[in-house]
This record gives sequence, structure tokens and C-alpha cells, in this order.
Amino acid sequence: MKILVCISHVPDTTSKINFTEGDTKFDTNGVQFVINPNDEFGLTRAMWFKEKQGATVHVANVGGPETEPTLRKALAIGADEAIRINTVATDGYSVAKQLANVAKEGGYDLVIGGRESIDYNGGMVPGMIAQLTGANFINTCIGLEVEGNNATAVREMDGGKETLKTTLPLVIGGQKGLVEESDLRIPNMRGIMQARSKPLHVKEAVDISNETASIQFEKPAPKGAVKLVDNVEDLVNLLHNEAKAI
Amino acid sequence: MSVLVYTESDGGKFKKIAQEAVSYAKGIADMLGTNVTAVAINAENVSELGAFGASKVLELSNDSLKNFNAEAYASIVAEAAKKENAQVVVLTSSINSKFIAPLLAVKLDAGYVPNVVSLPESASPFKVKHSVFSNKAFSHTEIKTDTKIVGLAKNAFGVKEHNTTATTEAFSPEISSGNVEVVSVDKATDKITIADAEIVVSGGRGLKGPENWGMIEELASVLGAATACSKPVSDMGWRPHSEHVGQTGKPVASNLYIAIGISGAIQHLAGINSSKVKVVINNDPEAPFFKAADYGIVGDAFEIVPQLIEKLKEFKSQNA
Repeated sequence: MKILVCISHVPDTTSKINFTEGDTKFDTNGVQFVINPNDEFGLTRAMWFKEKQGATVHVANVGGPETEPTLRKALAIGADEAIRINTVATDGYSVAKQLANVAKEGGYDLVIGGRESIDYNGGMVPGMIAQLTGANFINTCIGLEVEGNNATAVREMDGGKETLKTTLPLVIGGQKGLVEESDLRIPNMRGIMQARSKPLHVKEAVDISNETASIQFEKPAPKGAVKLVDNVEDLVNLLHNEAKAI
Repeated sequence: MSVLVYTESDGGKFKKIAQEAVSYAKGIADMLGTNVTAVAINAENVSELGAFGASKVLELSNDSLKNFNAEAYASIVAEAAKKENAQVVVLTSSINSKFIAPLLAVKLDAGYVPNVVSLPESASPFKVKHSVFSNKAFSHTEIKTDTKIVGLAKNAFGVKEHNTTATTEAFSPEISSGNVEVVSVDKATDKITIADAEIVVSGGRGLKGPENWGMIEELASVLGAATACSKPVSDMGWRPHSEHVGQTGKPVASNLYIAIGISGAIQHLAGINSSKVKVVINNDPEAPFFKAADYGIVGDAFEIVPQLIEKLKEFKSQNA
């Protein structure tokens, strides 16, 4: 089985969110970038398929050279090869077009993406890759088994979950549940050394048109201070009369 | 020309988010000088959508669509959009809407923006405001394609009443059902879901153990709320994963979010901060949650929560 894990290079959750150039660009100054958490659950599940079922695992990212450390980290965790599509990621659709092209050319059986990236929260790339390549698609995937050409997946839905069966080629939008938090791997020294010599292919973009364009960013107005009360009666009154929440 | 809205239902009844989506679609239709057409799959009394601004409802009843099927549903909405010559397609931020949206965007070659928080700022260019960075910022984004897809954030626009009379029309498009089949569904039908709840009561590590969740459940039941928990609580197995809210868990966009014994790690706040009113009860005055909350009580949850339950019961009996 050939697996492609799509890796989004995102600011760490604890990053300060600021914008520059007249609020048109995200300010990367002092920001630590990481593998998107939802993608990391998928990458870790891919490692299981590699170790238990002999799968080959490639990782891909759309971005400039500054995203390579994130790909190297995925290689250090255990991916076999990395692909960087050398263009600035502008919107979800354009990213999906790049990755769909890689997925088609590489003949992958399984493409794993995350439910959403924690930066732009688009949540559209995996579904678009599926539709562009004609693969089956399961979103908010919290469990995945593959036997030959058949896959069984568990999907989270509003108010519960459901078990689905489908066939390869398959694209999933994964999240926690594919593996647990405690299964996530921190690259060890051996992994980091090996990652240095693993192939990292740079490919040029196929079609860089986009359907949507972010014009400007805005930060929410600063929140007022918390109102502290010292008894439940005041709290109930405030929630009823002031907040109109009960 | 029209604005098309996909209306979600459960057991034949429209969800509140469907009413909100129709209200929002009507707002866009007024801007564009056109009408709203809704698509309803296996829903009853579909003409009631007129009360939220729909002029026409395309109605589909089909037993093979009883279980949600993203490919099939996306193909139905795509066919409806083509038939109605829709300029804008409105979806919500539900799990199912977010499953359909990317498939639909490719089928219609349409630009898609999720988590939209208000009516478009302008119709031409078509510019919408949507939340990014887990509600820590907004982006003003232009959708450049002829057909536009917007996913409305929950509780962002509200349900608005209209006096439109909706005509209904049986709709039977060609459906591509794909190759994903439901084997089994595991859904609690007697509990309010986190996605649908107006109020969410959430417990954290401060509750010391799963045996202490009785008061959380009682508080939720008095308020008609859903129960939720922080990540450590689900990681330790005190509560099921399905209750975990936060960045890697479920998002919460309720009217009222009550956090009990939750310190307020940034990953937790990222998942809940689009809730309108946030209340924190914690014995540590330094807990970061106090910076994110609207109301707070510093104190022992084991004393305060039972008092709160009693007070709310009294309040409910007086305001019933």
C-alpha cells in the first residue's frame, strides 16, 4: 500500500496571532511552526500501516523552502520520502489541486489529510483531493483499518459515530482517534539523523490560480475583564438579566 | 438566479441550524435582489421554511438516503444549484456540511469559504468575513468564482422570521452515490448533542475523578445542556472521547459555556471561544480561563456546583 500524508505547516497553538503589511499577511516573526495536529494523528496512523502492513509512506506539503523543517520532522518520525510543492499556499482549493496532482502521479492508494488545519481552519483540502482524483472520501475519520483493497473506517458525526466501509483509493480527513495522543511520536536522534539523508523532492506547482483571496485580516476587539462574583445567586441573576443566556 | 440553501434535518425535523441557514440565505438574496430556494432531504413539513425566508423548497424523499452519504448529498445539492442557477450556495458548519462542502466546491468549480460570521460585506466583489486561527482572528475574503459557497458559523447570524410563502417541488435528480457504505450507526438519541446544544456544561481535571460527574450531569439536566469535558479528562478515560471539546476535539459554539474545574489551556480555549457567554468555576484564581471568561466564581466546585443546581432549580420553577 502506498500512502500519501498531506502535511500542513502551521503556527504552534500557543503562537501570538498578529498581522503585518496593513493586516494583509500573517506575522511569522517569533512564531514556531509545527506539523498540523490533525495531520500528525494521520501521520502516526500511517506509521502503524508501515510497521504492521509494510506500507510505503510519503509526505507532501505545499509551501516555500521555509516549510522544509516541518517535512524533515515528518521524515524523522518515519516517513520514507517527502515532496514539497514549491509555491505559496494561497487558498484551500489551489492547495488541493497541487496535492491531487501529486496523488494522481504517485498512484497512492490512501491519502491522509487532517480534518482541518489549525491556522486557516478551511477543512476543505482532503475532500477536494478526493473529488479531483475520483477517490472515495471519509471526513472526521477517527478509526481506519485496511485489508487488501477494502477499508473500514469510523467517522465522528454530530451526536455519535458511524462505521463505514469503502474501497481504495481512499482519501480521509483525519483527527484524534485515528491514534491517541499518547501514541504520537517525538523524533529520536536516530530518526533525525536518518531524515537528513531521506529524499525530499521539490516539485513546481501545476496551476496556481485560486478561487478565493484573503483581502485583509482583523483581530477581534479585546475582551472585557471577567466579572467575578462570590455567590451563585449573583451568577444566576447576571446570566439571566445581563447575559440573557438562561 | 437564486440563493440555494441546504437544510439539514434529523428524523424528519429541521435543525435549528437549518432555520438559521435559511434566514442567512434570505439576507444574501435580499442583497442580490433574488429569492431563496432550499433543498430538503427526507424532511417533513418542508413549507415551514417559508417562515425563515425560503420562496421555494426542493423536496426529496428517498429511503436509500436515510443514512447520510456525503457524495450523494453533494451531488443532490450540485444538481439543485445548477437547476436553480444559484449564484450562492449556503451551507452550515455542522460536521455533515463540512463533509459535503469540498465535494460540492469541486462539482460546481466554486470557491468555498467556511466559518462565515456575517452577511457579505459586498455583493460585487463578493466579500465575506470568516473566522480563522480558531477564532483568534477574522479574514475578509473575496470569492472570485461565478458560483460561491459559504459555510455559515453556528449561532453567528441567528434565526430571523419572515412571512414568505414557500412553494414545494418534488426533486429527483440523478444521484451519484459513490462507494462509501454505512455499516452501523452509534448515536445516543436521548442526549442533547454538543453540536445542537444552546448550553454546554464542561468538566475538567479539577473534578478529581469520574465518580464526581453526577453533579455535572445534574447541572446539565437542569439547564437542558449537553455535557462536555477537557482533553486530560478524556485522555484519562474519565469521560468518553466524544465529550472532549477543544482544538483536537469537538468545537463548541453554544450560547452559554460553563467550565468547571478547567484551567483553560490554550488548546481548550481554541475549541470553545466562539461560544457567546463563558462562565468559569475554579478554585485557582490564576487559572488562565478567568482571562477568557465573561463571568467567574473563584471557589471549590464541590461546594459551588450543588448550590448552583439548587439556585437554578428555584429560578426555573419561578420562570417556567
